[in-house]
Amino acid sequence: MRERDDEWTGLMRSAISGDSAAYHRLLKAVTPVLRAAARRGLARSGQPVDQSEDIVQDILLAVHLKRHTWDVNAPFAPWLFAIARNKLIDALRRRGRRIFVDIDDFAETLPGEAPAETASASEVAAQLQTLPARQRDVLQSIAVESASIKDTAAKFSMSEGAVRVALHRGLTSLTAKLREQ
Amino acid sequence: MDTDRLIRTLAADNGHRAPPVGYALMLALLAAAPVSLLMFFTELGVRPDVMIAMRNPFFDLKFAVTLALAIAAIAVSLHLSRPEASLRGFGWLLVIPAGILTAGIGGEMMMPQRLPMMTRLVGKNSWICMTTIPLLSLPILAAALMGLRHGAPSRPAVAGAVAGMLSAGLAATLYASHCTDDSPLFVATWYTLATALVTAIGALAGSKLLRY
Repeated sequence: MRERDDEWTGLMRSAISGDSAAYHRLLKAVTPVLRAAARRGLARSGQPVDQSEDIVQDILLAVHLKRHTWDVNAPFAPWLFAIARNKLIDALRRRGRRIFVDIDDFAETLPGEAPAETASASEVAAQLQTLPARQRDVLQSIAVESASIKDTAAKFSMSEGAVRVALHRGLTSLTAKLREQ
Repeated sequence: MDTDRLIRTLAADNGHRAPPVGYALMLALLAAAPVSLLMFFTELGVRPDVMIAMRNPFFDLKFAVTLALAIAAIAVSLHLSRPEASLRGFGWLLVIPAGILTAGIGGEMMMPQRLPMMTRLVGKNSWICMTTIPLLSLPILAAALMGLRHGAPSRPAVAGAVAGMLSAGLAATLYASHCTDDSPLFVATWYTLATALVTAIGALAGSKLLRY
């Protein structure tokens, strides 16, 4: 567990200093842990566990947009689990049930735990359709068609800078819409 | 959308750098300052005898109390903007202004006074004080909440309440230069009531605006 936390902290430090590959690896590494906790939270409040992917994506978006509140000298795991816990409580409350979420739900999840079969998330995809056209096109190109920023810029004859701005704005408004729904 | 795709998208956005919450808060407060200053100077202004008043330690004490409140609340609200933070270890900062005020009341008690205690406590400006501090603090509170939205507080209502204290502290600093009631008893009563009101407004607004 200790080793895992140190690895995450190291990856996040690299990510903050500009290493996108490290960031990608970090998000991949934390996702099974978040998914297991989300499934456990849903199961305990008597709700279908196949909604866990919506919660996982909600957490990942919050992690992404709030990563400037992480202190590079602090361990990453407590920060991550605080955000995850907040989002999980929020999601369960929105689904009509107030429940107690234990921080240990996250901390004690074994890294090797295999993600179970999960229905793909629908909330992000649904909200994607409500974004302004430019943001939606850019997000769709990068997320769904896996195009690079450069290719996306060429496709819509935008500058790479404008693509980056649209991408970030799209993620921000997506998160706001998910929160307000 | 499957999660792998979302992760890839987030990684593509890794280049975007958000400024720290402290920077966002500072910009917001600087933007709101002219509004409150304008309200203050057009409606109230500094008291005419300010040069003489500055020689009265109890006049100066008001600024020590209000600035201590503002500075402590800024530090606490920046701390609370981190998702894993709680009031523990930081909440005591908010007790400092109360401590200064208590010491001031003690000091005044030990000095010979021309006016009886209740007269000093009730003062001449209690109503103006109770309405002006909240009014002056509203633009500051709105700005503080906007700035703090860049953070991720685990308890938005608590963070909002501290933002309320922050703005009440700054507004009271302005108001203190207008008010002719310098008794620490007056400050402890009416400034505290005004601050409590703004704190409650902050908690209410924060519980809506500071969720992330």
